[in-house]
Amino acid sequence: MQPVKLCAFLVTIDLLIKSEGWELTNISTPIIEFKNVGLSYGDDEVLKNIDLELEAGKFYTLLGPSGSGKTTILNLISGQLTVTHGDILFEGNIINDVPVEKRHMNTVFQDYGLFPNMTVFENVAFGPSIKGMSKKDIKTKVTEMLTLVKLNQYADREITELSGGQRQRVAIARALANDPEVLLLDEPLSALDYKLRKEMQYELREIQQRLGITFVFVTHDQEEALAMSDWIFVMNDGVIQQNGSPEDIYDEPINHFVADFIGESNILDGIMKTDYLVHFTGKDFENVDAGMRPNERVEIVLRPEDLDLTTIENGKLIVTIADQSFRGDYYEITAIDDDGNEWQVQATNKSKIDARVGLTFDPEDIHIMRFNESENDFDARLESYEGEEDAEK
Amino acid sequence: MPKSKKQRQLFYLMPYGLWLLLFVIAPLILLLFQSLTTQNGHFTLHNYALYFSSGTYLLMTFNSVFYAFLITIITLVISYPTAYLLNQLKQKQFWLLLVILPTWINLLLKTYAFIGLLAKTGTVNNFMSLFGIVPQQLLFSNWSFLLVAAYIEIPFMILPIFNSLAEINPRLEQASRDLGANRWQTLRRVIMPLSMPGIKAGIQAVFIPSLSLFMITRLIGGNRVITLGTAIEEHFLVTQNWQLGSTIGIILIVAMVITMIFTRDRKRSRKRG
Repeated sequence: MQPVKLCAFLVTIDLLIKSEGWELTNISTPIIEFKNVGLSYGDDEVLKNIDLELEAGKFYTLLGPSGSGKTTILNLISGQLTVTHGDILFEGNIINDVPVEKRHMNTVFQDYGLFPNMTVFENVAFGPSIKGMSKKDIKTKVTEMLTLVKLNQYADREITELSGGQRQRVAIARALANDPEVLLLDEPLSALDYKLRKEMQYELREIQQRLGITFVFVTHDQEEALAMSDWIFVMNDGVIQQNGSPEDIYDEPINHFVADFIGESNILDGIMKTDYLVHFTGKDFENVDAGMRPNERVEIVLRPEDLDLTTIENGKLIVTIADQSFRGDYYEITAIDDDGNEWQVQATNKSKIDARVGLTFDPEDIHIMRFNESENDFDARLESYEGEEDAEK
Repeated sequence: MPKSKKQRQLFYLMPYGLWLLLFVIAPLILLLFQSLTTQNGHFTLHNYALYFSSGTYLLMTFNSVFYAFLITIITLVISYPTAYLLNQLKQKQFWLLLVILPTWINLLLKTYAFIGLLAKTGTVNNFMSLFGIVPQQLLFSNWSFLLVAAYIEIPFMILPIFNSLAEINPRLEQASRDLGANRWQTLRRVIMPLSMPGIKAGIQAVFIPSLSLFMITRLIGGNRVITLGTAIEEHFLVTQNWQLGSTIGIILIVAMVITMIFTRDRKRSRKRG
């Protein structure tokens, strides 16, 4: 091919790509996309400039305390609420004005929202019958769905005759009977007892993987989120604080809120003296973080399960045991160091209240959080010095 | 104070029980007794025979049922959308109060007010004459009777329907829309069935009193529509034939009981093996 022609060909491709809004790295369109979405009630800004992309077939969780905006996002996706500004896209098309009933998604509500005047069968058959499916097809569909949630024996039951867990399953079957491309779940497990909740977490995950559809799950329970999700969005104050895989979010919380909300944390103020050297509680510690300004003020996160009790000689810090309680597989220990900081420790070995012991941890257990660092900056910084490390090797 | 729970319940029941006995049960027995006797006090089925063999009385019965039916349909058609709308409003209790307000005014007063409105020299005709329309005979027609009767009964239809609609969890409407039903399908398949108890209560509250309307039939309908209520009034006050009046009364009560049975709130129950 002649150079001029090749050049023209490349320009054409480039234009094509740009005009279609594609990126070479991500050819597949996200199933749901938020572009600078905001929602306000008068002066009350419930959601602030949310950008997010959901890929088809994954289990997403919106995690946050009540009032953080997570259910608002769900209601915007389902169409129960309308954006104040920004766009919501479904498979690349703006759906801001598409009414609830025309969206290819269904919701499992927190209080289930089952129709009390209908039987289990009639509840599950509601969607298919609205669609105008034949009686025979409806029966097949409902039976399939009730089998999926292990309720096929209950088709003729009244809703009032069911337990909370069974109602939950009916609600899931009813929402799935419409063959949604996205299933929205609004804290569906919060009304169940601990054991049932664990069971349903497992089953929901299994159902999602079997059907291969996108789940968007809303919860305030971080344990639930970590156990079930492919990807978590941590929300607070109408803003996505951090998003990532459960491991990322747990191991590398980006700010104080995320560190505090996800799991238990010991959070302290510190100073990053140089790369790989951090100063807190009056001592210097070797660590694995870099890329910050010399002597930058930072926050230190140490997870209770990464801390261990040891002898005073071997301890990196000396602490006094203030409280200790047995938790089955570990001892939950509260200790105070000489600076007066309180430390939560999950220790395998027992100690004694008022005992002076050493506290130990590994350099990689120290997680550093910069003040006001955005997710993008965080990722860029991590990449820069991790690249350096690889080069050194 | 009586000691056992049962005794205590009886004690609390006494004032109303006494009232019931004196003013409901005793008159009913007297009515039944009257309807089964001649004027000299002999037992007879003559009154019933007369009633069922007379074309006039059967026509009256038909008229009563027919007009009560019309009034019920008209009020229902007006009240259901109104109650539905009231429920969506922010200040719903206030608007409901406005709807109920007319029931605090005496029935006779409201009826007379309508005479003032509908009379040949009344407000409506005066207003129409502004547009050059000659005064019409509005009073003493079937239409004016239906209009006034419906006006008076509407609050009694709206209230139970409003209450049953208010009890419906708004989540159910959300769920229905979420499952693909549009507004109309949601109303048809979720809201209406769930508000059925309210509709039935409203029908009871309107249809049964409408069977025995007599004042409006006379004052507004000009006795063009003769209902059982009018007939009873005639027999007791004009012809002094208390026996036949009682007979019609008993028949009316039976008709009411039948209506009650048809509109009672049946809980869905199913036998299961």
